[in-house]
Amino acid sequence: MTPEEQEALKRARRGRNIALALVLAAFVVLFYAIAWVRIAG
Amino acid sequence: MTATVETPVSALPSEWRDYFALTKPRVMSLVVFTGLCGLLAAPGHINPVLGFTAVLCIALGAGGAGALNQWWEADLDARMKRTAKRPLPGGRMDRSNARDFGIALSVASVLLMGLALNWLSAIILAVSILYYAVIYTIWLKPRTPQNIVIGGGAGAFPPLIGWVAVTGHVTLMPVLLFAIIFMWTPPHFWALALFVKSDYAKAGIPMLPVVAGEKATRRQIFAYALILFAVSLAPWWIGGVGAIYGVSALVLSAVFVALCVPVALRRAEEGDKMKPEKRLFGYSVLYLFALFTALVADRLILGQGLAV
Repeated sequence: MTPEEQEALKRARRGRNIALALVLAAFVVLFYAIAWVRIAG
Repeated sequence: MTATVETPVSALPSEWRDYFALTKPRVMSLVVFTGLCGLLAAPGHINPVLGFTAVLCIALGAGGAGALNQWWEADLDARMKRTAKRPLPGGRMDRSNARDFGIALSVASVLLMGLALNWLSAIILAVSILYYAVIYTIWLKPRTPQNIVIGGGAGAFPPLIGWVAVTGHVTLMPVLLFAIIFMWTPPHFWALALFVKSDYAKAGIPMLPVVAGEKATRRQIFAYALILFAVSLAPWWIGGVGAIYGVSALVLSAVFVALCVPVALRRAEEGDKMKPEKRLFGYSVLYLFALFTALVADRLILGQGLAV
């Protein structure tokens, strides 16, 4: 694998990891909100 | 057409955009919209957080079904210009990743719907995903020229799910919303198939214009438009909605039928630009958005109709 390919691989993986982290964080917030609404209701 | 033939996979890992593309975002926009309209038009009140969750579940479920559809059809997509650049035929993603992503999204959406809203809407969501990914994609699409009619059922579920997420039970009104999209899909899609039919023929999919010929397709477009006209007015006749929806449906559906007339009567010539077909296809998208907007406007302005 050339250095350029390695760099591209790193970039793609990093992008995916950030996207996954954002999705997980959003779900944490959503589940918290749902639990709050369900318990209060 | 089967999931066994390997497609080339690049050495690079897929980007998040490839996963996003797998969910068919453009189809999802219509799904989210009609699901939201079903939710807003339903009698009763829903907490905004739960309402958001319901629409999110509908979107995630549609995304999961879309990913499973692309997993199964990767070879077929590679043979059509319109779909050849998708992540799987484009060689940007491993096939099993697409399958697992689709299953994960589908299961997550159904569980979340059941836990946050109610289990009836979760079951209907599960049925809609299986309907699209298995009954339509795997079983009937490659086998029958009526594939679009059957596939329309999958797209017709969102307003029903949105409605049931609020009410917790199925009544005639959400079933009519289902029927509207069900009857709308064939003329919408066949209008498209008339001007891209060479592509479908190449991929070996038995689209109606390819199998039964143009004349039969044009006749059937008109027939479905007439049924759609009646079905779109049914919510008004049964008293489930008021005059805002009724008059809108009357005008919108009359224009729809009127645009189908030239499509039904003419025959494409050599080098035809297919203008009436393209016009009908463009209008059909606008039609669905306008009709469901009128439904929500009716409910918000005039209040709830009869509980049917």
